[in-house]
Amino acid sequence: MIRPAAGARFAPGDPVQVRDIEKEGHVRTPDYTKGKPGWIAEVLGAFPNPEGLAYGGDGLPDMPLYKVGFRQADLWEGYGGPPEDALFIDIYEHWLEPGEHGGEEKRP
Amino acid sequence: MSETGHNHPHEEPRDKRSPWASRIRAIEELLEERGVLSREEVEAQVEYMEARTYQNGARLVARAWVDPGFKERLLSDTKAAAAELGVDASGTIEFATVENTDEVHNVIVCTLCSCYPRAILGRPPDWYKSFAYRSRVVAEPREVLREFGLELPENRRIAVHDSSADLRYLVLPQRPEGTEGMSEDELAALVTRDSLIGTDVPHAAREANRV
Repeated sequence: MIRPAAGARFAPGDPVQVRDIEKEGHVRTPDYTKGKPGWIAEVLGAFPNPEGLAYGGDGLPDMPLYKVGFRQADLWEGYGGPPEDALFIDIYEHWLEPGEHGGEEKRP
Repeated sequence: MSETGHNHPHEEPRDKRSPWASRIRAIEELLEERGVLSREEVEAQVEYMEARTYQNGARLVARAWVDPGFKERLLSDTKAAAAELGVDASGTIEFATVENTDEVHNVIVCTLCSCYPRAILGRPPDWYKSFAYRSRVVAEPREVLREFGLELPENRRIAVHDSSADLRYLVLPQRPEGTEGMSEDELAALVTRDSLIGTDVPHAAREANRV
């Protein structure tokens, strides 16, 4: 953890899924992660929300930010590399929903 | 305000400027005209960026290779470790260092734009900002690394880090074999810019070639 994140909804190891919604503006959640299952690799801390900060707002309240891990094979259909290959990306809490347990043994 | 009164020492004459440079200059003039930014602030930022190069990262890596305590601090608090070597990365952006091991090779990208640990390494290489790198390295990292000339062992897994938010990432590469007798400065000379991004790894032979 880089900064405190009081009230963080998720903890390391939790399965999560990225919300699959369209949103205009300075959104830091790339499309390729939307709807994909992953896990919380690290709680990074609470940061001002860029979706408000980018337009002159204060970005408050601070939003918990997580390093989320994905198996590459879950992101890309027909991924050619080994099943242990992973991708990590930092995602704000309001873009995450609880995922289904399962597949933990396949995490790198 | 017309630009005739300005002095832009790094720049070509107006008639030889690219459309992109002209656009940036027009925006800059408007910002100055409206009092949003001053000429001094722009120049201070240019100087800030030009004073930073990947060699800061090479020094961090070499120190981590010779000093296990420093390595722990680099991995747990990159900003503080950088400050120990006189690299001021203070500010709102946070930094994280990811360690290459026999099990995992790390590679950094920003798919959404061009996030890069600029306060430590300066400006990113142009290819880092290219659509090709940003879109491909997340989906087919092994192919992209192969095109960079980096063939990883079969059992080495890849971790791609997409720096999409408030953290900027650096790779701590593995110390090459055959460098046991080297000084910290000699080790730092082995660390390439691309090895701090993960599209390269340091080689002991590079130093030998240079001598």
